[in-house]
Amino acid sequence: MTRPRLTLPLGSPLQLLLLACSFALSAYAGVRLLDGEWFEIALWIVGAALVHDLVLLPLYAAADRLLVRASGPRRTWVGYVRVPAALSLLLLLVWFPLITGQVTTRYTAATALPADRFLEHWLLTTATLFAGSAVLFVGRRRRKPTAPRGR
Amino acid sequence: MRRTPFSPSFWRSPLRGPWFTSVLGVVLLVGITVLFVTGLLSYAAYNPDLSPVNDKTPDKGLLGFYLFSWPTDPHWLYRLTQGVHVTLGITLIPVLLAKLWSVVPKLFTLPPARSVTHALERLSLLLLVGGGLFEFVTGVLNVQLDYIFPGSFYPLHFYGAWVFFGAFLAHAVLKMPTAWRNLRQLREERNDLVSVNPDPPTVSRRGALGLVGGGSLLLFGTTVGQGFDGLRWSAVLAPHGADPGSGPGGFQINKTAAYAGVTAADRSEEAWRLVVRGRTGTVRLSRAELLQLPLHSSSLPIACVEGWSTSDQWWRGVRLRDLAALVGYDGDPPDVFVQSLQRHGAFRRAALRANQVADPRSLLALFVNGEPLTPDHGHPARIIVPAAPGVLNTKWVAELTFGDL
Repeated sequence: MTRPRLTLPLGSPLQLLLLACSFALSAYAGVRLLDGEWFEIALWIVGAALVHDLVLLPLYAAADRLLVRASGPRRTWVGYVRVPAALSLLLLLVWFPLITGQVTTRYTAATALPADRFLEHWLLTTATLFAGSAVLFVGRRRRKPTAPRGR
Repeated sequence: MRRTPFSPSFWRSPLRGPWFTSVLGVVLLVGITVLFVTGLLSYAAYNPDLSPVNDKTPDKGLLGFYLFSWPTDPHWLYRLTQGVHVTLGITLIPVLLAKLWSVVPKLFTLPPARSVTHALERLSLLLLVGGGLFEFVTGVLNVQLDYIFPGSFYPLHFYGAWVFFGAFLAHAVLKMPTAWRNLRQLREERNDLVSVNPDPPTVSRRGALGLVGGGSLLLFGTTVGQGFDGLRWSAVLAPHGADPGSGPGGFQINKTAAYAGVTAADRSEEAWRLVVRGRTGTVRLSRAELLQLPLHSSSLPIACVEGWSTSDQWWRGVRLRDLAALVGYDGDPPDVFVQSLQRHGAFRRAALRANQVADPRSLLALFVNGEPLTPDHGHPARIIVPAAPGVLNTKWVAELTFGDL
């Protein structure tokens, strides 16, 4: 009666139809996309998903968990570190090539703009974010010295 | 099994749930649709069907179905569409990251496929996530001139967008009803995103959304200024957040003369002659001779595919349609094929359509902001056309060939 099924059930035929349309469109563009360094391009697409899901996300999730653990049971200050750190790392992630200076030569040659400002601006922005967070933290603690929130 | 991501109890965050994912999903649905449309508009703005030199994706086939003659009005059209495309794309990065974070447990769902449809849907998700990240990564790298991607930016970003959009459409249709229901219901439905073994919360869901929104706001606030001369100082990390000097030529440069391989000897009064070809033959003009022709002014911006732009600059030069008249097109200006002195660059040859040539604001500019063009802005002469992408405003013009392309 409960013989294990060896074949997959079909699922919703309407969804199947929709997915078929979607794959047809992606394939039409895909053959044109892969006309060139096809292996490298496919690697970039699959690699982008894998690197994000299996490297970047676990890394920042683990860092956040460490931070929460280090903060002890009261956790009153976690947010004040987490938010500026997350924002600073976000800026680094987006502007990594400019901040790390790996495009300095081409950038300056093409645009006639100096490239050394990016690292400086990122550090200053990071400092501002942490300083702002510290001011907020101190300000809020002063206002409620006897009734800290949290459990 | 508890210690591996394949076990539901591995996922501990109390934030994950249908409401959180739905909010982010709806933002991306709207945002990515705008990105896609403005991206398609940018392709149309190049007038790729006018001439092969304008088209970096000639084997586009049906994907160019929507192409139309790019207008010259309003003169800030490309500045707006491409500014939105790049600035919004950068602004959406935190939303994309948060959305992917919110659904990551689904990557590890067991069994891997419950049905044929489910298996195909998961394959489609690979195109959705991989294709989406590919589009964001190539875009973000390109605006920073970090050309490490495998091939030319134009075909990668254009075809990649269609590959991604196929998967995006299916995902939107499949998930939209659920997302809508989740947002309208006061009580949340429980689903497999909700942790079965949650840690105590360290932040509320609204707080987490606040962080995502704050990240978007920070990126927006430090990028949007590269589209306005008066706000440029605020774009502290954006590529075009500083001015190259001051004075009449102190506005944004896409590629310098040195970068494009244009030498002072090429541009010199003795060497340079503008060659104008047309119905009645060929005319050669020195810069001094050009200055004898009627000069006109127009206030137009430079707007780059990289998303930055300048405010309107005051250009002065010879109308393109007057140059067309010199070679036999009096009153009915045709298309024009423009060649530059520059030795490198994908757009050292470019084509402009008849409507662009006919616009009285379209100039072969000799002056900008009251002074002769600087070498980096295209001295001895450059094209300036309302609403056209920056690269079609050819600098260091050497030849103009009027005629139907």
